Amino acid sequence: MDMNTITAVVPTADPDQWRPGDAWLAGGTVLFSYGSSVLTRLLDISTAGWPAVTVTDDGIELAASATIAELYELPDRDGLLRRWPALELVRQCCDSFVASFKIWNMSTVGGNVCTALPAGPITSLCAALDGVATILMPGGGSRRVPVAELVIGDGRTSLRPGELLRSIFLPSAALSSRVAFRRLSLSNLGRSGVLLVGRRDKEGTLLITVTAATKRPVQLRFDAHPEGSDVPEPAAAVVVPPEPAAAVGRPDAAALRAALGAAIPADLYHDDIHGLPQWRRDMTYRLAEEIRAELLAEPAGRQPAQSPAGQPAGPSTGRGA
Amino acid sequence: MDINGAPNEEQPRPGQCLRTFLREQGLLGVKKGCDGGDCGACTVHVDGKPVHSCLYPAVRAQGRSITTVEGLAGPDSLHPMQEQFLAAQGFQCGFCTAGMLMTAATFDAAQKENLPRNLKGNLCRCTGYAAIEDAVCGVSTGQSGGKQQLGDNVPAPAGREIVTGRARYTLDVPAAELPGLLHMKLVRSPHPHARIRSVDASAALLLPGVRAVFTHLDAPGQLFSTAQHELYTDDPDDTRVLDSVVRFIGQRVAAVVADSVAEAEAGVRAVAVDYELLEAVFDPELAVLPGAPTVHCDKDAALARIVSPRENVVAELHPELGDVTAGFREADVIHEKVYRTQRVQHVSLETHASIAYFEDDRAQSDGAQSDGGQSDGSQSDGGQSESRFGANGPSEAGTGAANFAGRLVVRSSTQTPFLTRRSLCRVFNLPEDRIRVVAGRVGGGFGGKQEMLTEDVVVLAALRLRRPVQLEFTRSEQFTAATTRHPFRIRLKAGARRDGTLTALQVDVLTNTGAYGNHAPGVMFHGCGESLAVYLCPNKKVDARAVYTNTVPSGAFRGYGLSQMIFAVESAIDELAADIGMDPMEFRRRNIIRRGDPMLSSHPEPADDVLYGSYGLDQCIELVADALARGRERYLTAGLAELGPDWVQGTGTALSMIDTVPPRGHFAHSRLCLLPDGGYRVDVGTAEFGNGTTTVHAQLAATALGTRADRVQVRQADTDLIVHDTGAFGSTGTVVAGKATLAAAQELAGRIRNLAAELSGVPAEQCVLGPDAVDCAGTLIALAELNRHAEDRGESLESEGRWHGSPRSVAFNVHGFAVAVNTGTGELRILQSVQAADAGVVVNPRQCRGQIEGGIAQALGAALYEEVRIGADGRVETDILRQYHIPTFADVPRSEVYFADTTDSLGPLGAKSMSESPFNPVAPALANAVRNATGLRFSELPLARDRIYLGLREAERAADLAAAREEQESADGRRRARA
Repeated sequence: MDMNTITAVVPTADPDQWRPGDAWLAGGTVLFSYGSSVLTRLLDISTAGWPAVTVTDDGIELAASATIAELYELPDRDGLLRRWPALELVRQCCDSFVASFKIWNMSTVGGNVCTALPAGPITSLCAALDGVATILMPGGGSRRVPVAELVIGDGRTSLRPGELLRSIFLPSAALSSRVAFRRLSLSNLGRSGVLLVGRRDKEGTLLITVTAATKRPVQLRFDAHPEGSDVPEPAAAVVVPPEPAAAVGRPDAAALRAALGAAIPADLYHDDIHGLPQWRRDMTYRLAEEIRAELLAEPAGRQPAQSPAGQPAGPSTGRGA
Repeated sequence: MDINGAPNEEQPRPGQCLRTFLREQGLLGVKKGCDGGDCGACTVHVDGKPVHSCLYPAVRAQGRSITTVEGLAGPDSLHPMQEQFLAAQGFQCGFCTAGMLMTAATFDAAQKENLPRNLKGNLCRCTGYAAIEDAVCGVSTGQSGGKQQLGDNVPAPAGREIVTGRARYTLDVPAAELPGLLHMKLVRSPHPHARIRSVDASAALLLPGVRAVFTHLDAPGQLFSTAQHELYTDDPDDTRVLDSVVRFIGQRVAAVVADSVAEAEAGVRAVAVDYELLEAVFDPELAVLPGAPTVHCDKDAALARIVSPRENVVAELHPELGDVTAGFREADVIHEKVYRTQRVQHVSLETHASIAYFEDDRAQSDGAQSDGGQSDGSQSDGGQSESRFGANGPSEAGTGAANFAGRLVVRSSTQTPFLTRRSLCRVFNLPEDRIRVVAGRVGGGFGGKQEMLTEDVVVLAALRLRRPVQLEFTRSEQFTAATTRHPFRIRLKAGARRDGTLTALQVDVLTNTGAYGNHAPGVMFHGCGESLAVYLCPNKKVDARAVYTNTVPSGAFRGYGLSQMIFAVESAIDELAADIGMDPMEFRRRNIIRRGDPMLSSHPEPADDVLYGSYGLDQCIELVADALARGRERYLTAGLAELGPDWVQGTGTALSMIDTVPPRGHFAHSRLCLLPDGGYRVDVGTAEFGNGTTTVHAQLAATALGTRADRVQVRQADTDLIVHDTGAFGSTGTVVAGKATLAAAQELAGRIRNLAAELSGVPAEQCVLGPDAVDCAGTLIALAELNRHAEDRGESLESEGRWHGSPRSVAFNVHGFAVAVNTGTGELRILQSVQAADAGVVVNPRQCRGQIEGGIAQALGAALYEEVRIGADGRVETDILRQYHIPTFADVPRSEVYFADTTDSLGPLGAKSMSESPFNPVAPALANAVRNATGLRFSELPLARDRIYLGLREAERAADLAAAREEQESADGRRRARA
């Protein structure tokens, strides 16, 4: 819709240009969707010329201005999916948008994360892959913060006035993990009510990231090497101490339930028209258990007897992909 | 930028979206459905890629190439996708069509393989998507040949206009036709109940472009109802154009008129209102308690026609037929439960909108598009100074109004142009010949446009400013400040004997009409009518009340109270059948009315003008039962019966009856004439909003005149065309207005035959009308020649037809579902959906099937997802389409549609109504299927996945508790025995 209080669109990505009443304009699909009667200027970052996706040996850097359509194409790049199997999440997350592929031509990675909806699928993707955001600050300089800490509540981020999300870096270690994706919605292809991503990396660490069900991302990390981890530990994550030695990186169902209970108090479950909090809670437990069973099963050859809940394309979750 | 191949140098405003910029450039095919990126009606191509232009910053389009629906093909040709939408008639109201085909036109073969995903950004509220799927996939559903008469799949005459974006909806008036157009925005109440102490508009009036601010001090004192009925006394007079008391969050407080929408918005922000807050009540159960805040205690009960303003009761009904107490004594099983239906919104893709302007006395009256608004500068200046806020008392608008030059024309998105004219005249004290109301093509109605929600306030402004004034609702205003379906709370008790006899049926109904009583009595009465009358039960009791609360008003909605009551009654019938161990369909067969049985609900005597013009309920029941049996067979054969350990399956059915015409008179008038080229033109009052009446009227006339439907032009929904038409509501477009058109056609056919007989010397009964000529026993006389003869004699071959809507018949719908429920997640999957309809003789099967498919889809939305949620403070929380999920392509299964084979003795050429009613049996059939699958009765809508899951968990816990208690008791028993 028209934003009739806007008096200027300024092409800039310089936080020093920002003043109260300004909003950073990326794809515009959120700003123009909700409209505003208070904003006065749009600072257009689309002209900054940031390369959408930068691939190095260390990982992948997504510019905040990369469109969802550009992101969606990423797994098609030569050999990339073989090298980094976790990239299969990219399309699963993109397809979790309630918005259509047409919106993807405009919507951006940064826009989705900064909108900070519990169901923001790029938040799910980047949080699950230990994405680290680079934030440009007024007065020059920048800071880095895990995406899981950038989104702090329903529609709330830890960005300070004038700060601008520049990019999100997805580290190679996370991208190399085996992943499992689960999603439920109240309608077919509708907005996510519960979205969980599981990851098991080469060291054996199991990481489960809960989004959509909760007001902000919640991560459960079952560390294989709790003391020797060199991945920056998101403060929002609950690090589960490996009490019984056998549970290192391999929680059983009860340990997983206990960890979920410890990490997510009842009032952290999101409550809106897209799912009642009790349903979101129960589905979080259900999908987390499905993920645990899937990722702790041996990757090839002798599959352990599959519980019905463990079928990756099981009927309860097949709609999301 | 380049638009449709032509360079454009215009500079967009900084915060402007591409949608409004394109419309300002005259590209009116770009529609606003939501203005928030959800519905896709505004889809255009930017450098070949489809985007929602309402989200696209217009400044970013500079230097790019834009294609709109107008530029998709050459000026005289059609894009293949446009051809396909015509061949499959992939539209009803057509408001979503441009966006739909602009999206589909970009699809490759792979995208067409996955339409649920690729069309999820395009919402259609009318079709149920089946015809759209056919269109996108290139399936042609027409037929070659055919006489284009009764029973043929004649395409909608407006089809080509719709697929090319040229069809004119309400606001699709080129700027040049309305010079000096002003825009209105409304100051709305942030409080659920408040008295307005004062409104300070001084700051607003100083803003650039703001022409006037109107408040209750400017509004006529006449109370009215936004509901439009043949008799205005059907609804309470409880509403003012602008009131000094506000009764819900979102109610109009003041109207700001400015040169542009942006300036009007700025004006709204600058208006300061001082409110005295009053106590509010949101829950209808609390509203009827002694001491509850009263919503309309300032009204005189008799004068305003409110049963009890002090108790918040608008209308009530307390009849008893037979003796329900005796009936329950006789029963072997009794079912008692409280059923609740939620608020749902119509979500017609075109929002409420209207334009009021002055027509020069000399202007032609043909078509609103051709004359436009005439406004001269001195008048508008006078209007401006005179209209300064607060300058005049309430009566001024009325008394000054009759002196204006020219007529006032109101172009509106309405189902009731004639009634709206009547209401405007009543409110503003104007004679009817001073106002003309015209509807363009209407972008969906569903009952929501049987209200006057914009016309009154633009007329107020236009009369005062002597300038054309436009008001367009936003999508959020549709949710927060238009109307919704009435929420019903139904306490139901029903009894049956083990032999399958229904012995008593009792309902205690509380309907929530919100802050205003528009349609409150009608919806309550109608709801308690056919829903109960369809069962032959000697003992029936109804206690019903419609009550006010400080919430967004309810209003007319497809089904008009029946969908709510049928949900409860059909659920109860299913429960009784389960309790006595009888197949629910068999239980229904034993208790439904049969042809000749009295139809009784709340009066001991049946309505004397509701007759069995035909009866097809028995056929509908068998059609659905057979289809469900075939479906089961198909699933078994295909090996799909087993879905997995978490899944349970079931089937459910429900039936519904509806009177084919609303009670107390529904009038129509048609004028028909032979044109010089041998074609015909018929003028009717009823509006076209995707209901397909244009096609039906052309077919009815063509059948009577021996011509083809495409030789009959239809003009409609303009108070200048004919004398009176009650309006396109209550499913009357075919059975009332169509009957008038048929009468006109039959009369004209007789006159043409007589003239041909006279000229040929062949007896009239041997003269047969054809598309081009009358065949007089082998001698052909061209229609054009007959027309010339008539003209030479100073006669014209024209006729009129009228119908008054009585006697009425009954139509039936039966729905069946097979479903699977995932007990672990609550997911509900529809495995099969079947509806059988008794529509009498089906005038246009493809179109009628489309009405049914669309009704099912809309009902699925209300059954599964939709809810206008009101917060603890009385505010509507679900005010955008992302918070109010209407069915997308992915949500709607293909339904099997069957027609009963009946011919109605009352309807035109045997036809009956079939537009509201397909909605009515859907939710209970689904709830019954879920009950059959899970053993659990869900008595509240919507049947959302989270609620299904939590309901199952709750039942499980209750069962565990019961088992534990039993265990405990038997243990106690054993202990006692030992002791």
